[in-house]
Amino acid sequence: MSRPDLVTVTPARSAPPPQSRRTGRIPVALLLPAALGLVFLVLPLAGLLIRTPWSTLPQRLTEPGVLTALRLSVQAATLATLLCLVLGVPLAWLLARIDFPGRRLVRALVTVPLVLPPVVGGVALLLVFGRRGILGGWLDSAFGFTLPFTTAGVVLAEAFVAMPFLVIAVEGALRGADVRYEEAAATLGAGRWTTFTHVTLPLVAPGIAAGAVLCWARALGEFGATITFAGNFPGRTQTMPLAVYLALETDLEAAIVLSLVLLTVSVAILASLRDRWLGSS
Amino acid sequence: MTGDPNCPGVDPSPPGDPSPGPAVLDAHLVVDRGTFRLDLPLTIRPGEVVALLGPNGAGKTTALRALAGLLSLTGGHLSLAGRHLDHPGRRIWTPTEQRPIGVVFQDYLLFPHLTALDNVAFGPRRQGLDRQRARQRAADWLTRVGLAEQARRRPRHLSGGQAQRVALARALAVEPALLLLDEPLAALDARTRLDTRAQLQRHLADHPGATLLVTHDLIDAVVLADRLVVIEQGRVVQMGDVATVTAQPRTDYVARLVGLNLHRGRADGHRVLLAGGLHLVTGDRHEGEVLVAFAPSAVALHSVRPDGSPNSWPATITGVHRHGDNLRVQLDGPVTVAADVTPGAAAQLRPAPGRTLWAAVEAAETRVYPASAVPTG
Repeated sequence: MSRPDLVTVTPARSAPPPQSRRTGRIPVALLLPAALGLVFLVLPLAGLLIRTPWSTLPQRLTEPGVLTALRLSVQAATLATLLCLVLGVPLAWLLARIDFPGRRLVRALVTVPLVLPPVVGGVALLLVFGRRGILGGWLDSAFGFTLPFTTAGVVLAEAFVAMPFLVIAVEGALRGADVRYEEAAATLGAGRWTTFTHVTLPLVAPGIAAGAVLCWARALGEFGATITFAGNFPGRTQTMPLAVYLALETDLEAAIVLSLVLLTVSVAILASLRDRWLGSS
Repeated sequence: MTGDPNCPGVDPSPPGDPSPGPAVLDAHLVVDRGTFRLDLPLTIRPGEVVALLGPNGAGKTTALRALAGLLSLTGGHLSLAGRHLDHPGRRIWTPTEQRPIGVVFQDYLLFPHLTALDNVAFGPRRQGLDRQRARQRAADWLTRVGLAEQARRRPRHLSGGQAQRVALARALAVEPALLLLDEPLAALDARTRLDTRAQLQRHLADHPGATLLVTHDLIDAVVLADRLVVIEQGRVVQMGDVATVTAQPRTDYVARLVGLNLHRGRADGHRVLLAGGLHLVTGDRHEGEVLVAFAPSAVALHSVRPDGSPNSWPATITGVHRHGDNLRVQLDGPVTVAADVTPGAAAQLRPAPGRTLWAAVEAAETRVYPASAVPTG
């Protein structure tokens, strides 16, 4: 009776595992839109690559305007991210840890720049920090300090638009962190500030890093608020997205090259950070 | 008994305080949380280890958090080493970080981003020691718990038993007046538990301050503690030394914990009328309301009515399960009892749920004690 047993056992062993058997049954109603969605996201990027003037690329990349805009973009986005970290992490801590009246309202206010059209944000910034604005007028008369149409204005506009990304990411990380570690720190004699710097911050560092990356990427691509609040002065306020937009009207190939540079920088940064902090698939 | 003369203004010790010696912890913890109320008088002398036992939801964790200052009292008082830490009646409140305490949490809560050494040095650093001295003290403590070689490891590279010892070293490194242990062995497997319990016992013996051990494990309490305090639903149901509590349980919870059958009844000399209507002849003489305790191993099972035994009654089997080398048989009848039978006896009796047998207990195997006594040690 051993031979029939062998015959029945062998095919069961060599049969494909259930996982691969299931792939044959993906409904077309899901597969088709999924494939279309992927094509929709990838095709424009492919178009960019196809139309890139590869032969003249090296010479176009070294044009002074390109490097100036790139440097300004990276600098402004980095400064904006630092500003967001300094202001946004404490704000996130407040929202996550302190139960104060009106907390829900504050949280809603924080997310407003997320849904606000960036141009509207730029106008709002002008009304406050403009030369005739509520704070801007005072800054101008008291210190001779103006924000609009300066590099500092670019940083401000980018920080305004990008900060909600950081606050939301860090608040989520803080809420996910185990508060009992903070209680343990208190039983060892640590006050709130020491607990924050020595326990809480290290625990949520991955969340802060993820928030900072999102924040930086958003700041790098910022267009609407920047052009409204800071204008479009080459070398001073003209960031890459602005340069792309301007080039589009005069020189299509230049616009393509600028876009390619921006794409490369963003993808490179995201890819290098993804495995470390954003969690890979 | 009167209050401690060294601590003026402190309420008198609760009745039944076992010793008039100066207590390092003198507390009456009252916490109201909606429908739950914790009302726990608690004093611990220097060097004494008290185990706080109770079922889930009895208020053990609430008591621990109130002592640590992670929760404020709504009434009563708490003073430690002569300092008033929490006294809502006088608007006194000391935050956790200013209390002379050390806590070993149930899952240790070692800081994952710090090495074992820096975890232990964390407390001394907060006490104002510079980095080098704090690390020196931490290294000494790690040596004492036998983990000098693991000093540079992060918590995720420590075994469960090692993490428990680092947590103990971290709590003791601040030289606390009160050491709080929250189910310190619950997260360990049986084998590690045995070793760690023995080591913990040694370190607790060396600890000059007071120790409160919160647990629901009787063995931990018996091995580690000098005195037991049992709470149920926020109130003390029994307290005293280990021998008294294990020999004379006062509630069903304690009886289950120590593995005894416990029944309430009315004694008239050597006869006790149990609540179920059953008369038992007992070895001890008593009058009035009493508790009767006997071990499951003292209950004999017979398939026919035994001759000459005054204490026998018909009982129906409701459940059978393994208990050590024996079978434990749950019985219903005029009284609910558990009986232990050897595998040999079980082979003859064939105990199965629904079967009716005769249960018998020797008069000499019963313990009778007054039911109305104040729970004391």
